[in-house]
Amino acid sequence: MAETLLFNALREAIDEEMGRDDTVFVLGEDVGVYGGSYKVTKDLYNKYGELRVLDTPIAENSFTGMAVGAAMTGLRPIIEGMNMGFLLLAFNQIANNAGMLRYTSGGNYKIPMVIRGPGGVGRQLGAEHSQRLEAYFQAVPGLKIVACSTPYNAKGLLKAAIRDDNPVLFFEHVLLYNLKEDLPNHEYVVPLDKAEIVRSGKDVTILTYSRMRHHVMQAVKGLEKKGLDPEVIDLISLKPLDFDTIGQSIKKTHRVIIVEECMKTGGIGAEIIASINDRYFDELDAPVVRLSSQDIPTPYNGKLETLTIVQPKQIEAAVENMVALKV
Amino acid sequence: MVQERTLPQFQAPPAQISPEQGLVLYEDMILGRFFEDKCAEMYYRGKMFGFVHLYNGQEAVSSGVIKSLRPDDYVCSTYRDHVHALSAGVPAKNVMAELFGKETGCSKGRGGSMHLFSSEHNLLGGFAFIGEGIPVALGAAFQSRYRRDALGDAGADQVTACFFGDGTSNNGQFFECLNMAALWKLPILFVVENNKWAIGMAHERATSQPEIYKKASVFGMPGIEVDGMDVMAVRAVAQEAIARARAGEGPTLIECLTYRFRGHSLADPDELRSKAEKEAWLARDPIKRFEAYLVEHNLAEKGTLKEVRDRIQTTIDDALTFAEESPEPSPDDLYKYIFAED
Repeated sequence: MAETLLFNALREAIDEEMGRDDTVFVLGEDVGVYGGSYKVTKDLYNKYGELRVLDTPIAENSFTGMAVGAAMTGLRPIIEGMNMGFLLLAFNQIANNAGMLRYTSGGNYKIPMVIRGPGGVGRQLGAEHSQRLEAYFQAVPGLKIVACSTPYNAKGLLKAAIRDDNPVLFFEHVLLYNLKEDLPNHEYVVPLDKAEIVRSGKDVTILTYSRMRHHVMQAVKGLEKKGLDPEVIDLISLKPLDFDTIGQSIKKTHRVIIVEECMKTGGIGAEIIASINDRYFDELDAPVVRLSSQDIPTPYNGKLETLTIVQPKQIEAAVENMVALKV
Repeated sequence: MVQERTLPQFQAPPAQISPEQGLVLYEDMILGRFFEDKCAEMYYRGKMFGFVHLYNGQEAVSSGVIKSLRPDDYVCSTYRDHVHALSAGVPAKNVMAELFGKETGCSKGRGGSMHLFSSEHNLLGGFAFIGEGIPVALGAAFQSRYRRDALGDAGADQVTACFFGDGTSNNGQFFECLNMAALWKLPILFVVENNKWAIGMAHERATSQPEIYKKASVFGMPGIEVDGMDVMAVRAVAQEAIARARAGEGPTLIECLTYRFRGHSLADPDELRSKAEKEAWLARDPIKRFEAYLVEHNLAEKGTLKEVRDRIQTTIDDALTFAEESPEPSPDDLYKYIFAED
């Protein structure tokens, strides 16, 4: 066991997969000589050379399309989005070509590629660098969307994403890079399509992902003191959603609270609620509640920024309210 | 009317091409022309749907470039992709079936006119949005270099030919990819088919520098202007660019001056282009010109050329029958091909 920071866990995943499969390569802004803005690719340039750790010009749409073409012809590119907000500039290539091309080509081509990088609201980074694009991309057919939240799952999930034959959007969180965890010395892979039961409980199901998992677990400490027993599920896969795990939990607790960092309108939670209504309406003892970010551009001001995203106290209150309904 | 550019002169010595090679080019151009004529007929008879963009008039570009490639080279096209697919070797029956939305189509009826694909023929696709195919083509070219230089595969010398139009040369992806291709010396040909019109936008109204080939110079890349109505000229330019790319000497921008004999798509009323302009370009029909060239240089007899035309007409008729008789995709397969495992 070795205590590993999350960004180093990601680095280990990339290093191991590049060593295992020489068609795997990294491209993006400052991934090579500079080692990545968050040092996820540190020293890989020296180890694997300039073609396998390719520093690109600042041309997101074009280098994303280039990765699609490389994937169609047999390579396995990993794009680092220096900030996942920059994916807006590559939206066309991600949606039309990474996402839809396999289908429109009638299965002629597969597109094994990973687009990974930091998303989420950081500390006063301003609106453009604080985006949660997972919600924007969830409607694109053909994409898998994953959010990691701990060093352990970051490493195992990234390895799985690299081995997957589909385009995977892999969201890290800018404020989680320095989380520490003891990781196994042996190799492991975490499946992309399985939600993680973070805490087993019986009173209410809390569905969350990425950094909000940690806000939820902070809230859980307070709830435990009050004698409440929530079940916490980290969704991991935002598309497709793991309804086996979600459904089993709902059948146990009959109550659901969604805690997400994306905006409320058109968010991940909106999709989950609609799907729960489709599948498990009869199991519910209360309307599903979602706690989301405010529908505003993330403000620079620290106090306003704090008000924009969901805080542990709000989660605690929401759980207490729901359980108090006693329906 | 805007002053026409002077077409570059090209003198092809007859020794440059064998009779067999001449017939390959001729057959390919005829195939393209006859195929597109049949598409127009089917569209107007209500048997073909969607946006259909025909290639009539530009055949010298597709045949001149693609027939100079090896089968393991890559071709990347646009929404005007039928003839590029045919030149790349995708059978006419599978292209026609695709336009009929059939399961036997080269994209299994899921793509349609603007989304022709064939991994078997290294056709990277028809890309329907402007410029989006260029980065994909760049990726295929990068892959060749990666295999050669990062993986040590000396045989990885495949070249990618990327086609697009004059309108695309004002799009960011064009400039971004020229930059990266030159920066990394990628084996790629950027083939601009300058047919003067982006739907209703005249090229001169859309760009500050109409001579597109000159845009290569700022990237330190060769930029060549060629008469896109002369298949021998296109072929000569393409062969040189392919040789350079294969030798690891990097990309070339080729601007082919050409013209589409029909509207932008079959839905385009084509009201903006003047009669005089159309007539001037129709007089340069690349197929008639190449016929004359073949006969004049004793490379083919008129009877032989007629045999080619008859044979291709049969190919087109067979393709149509095949397309009409082929099954539609099964409704059970609606979700097939979303993911690699499907």
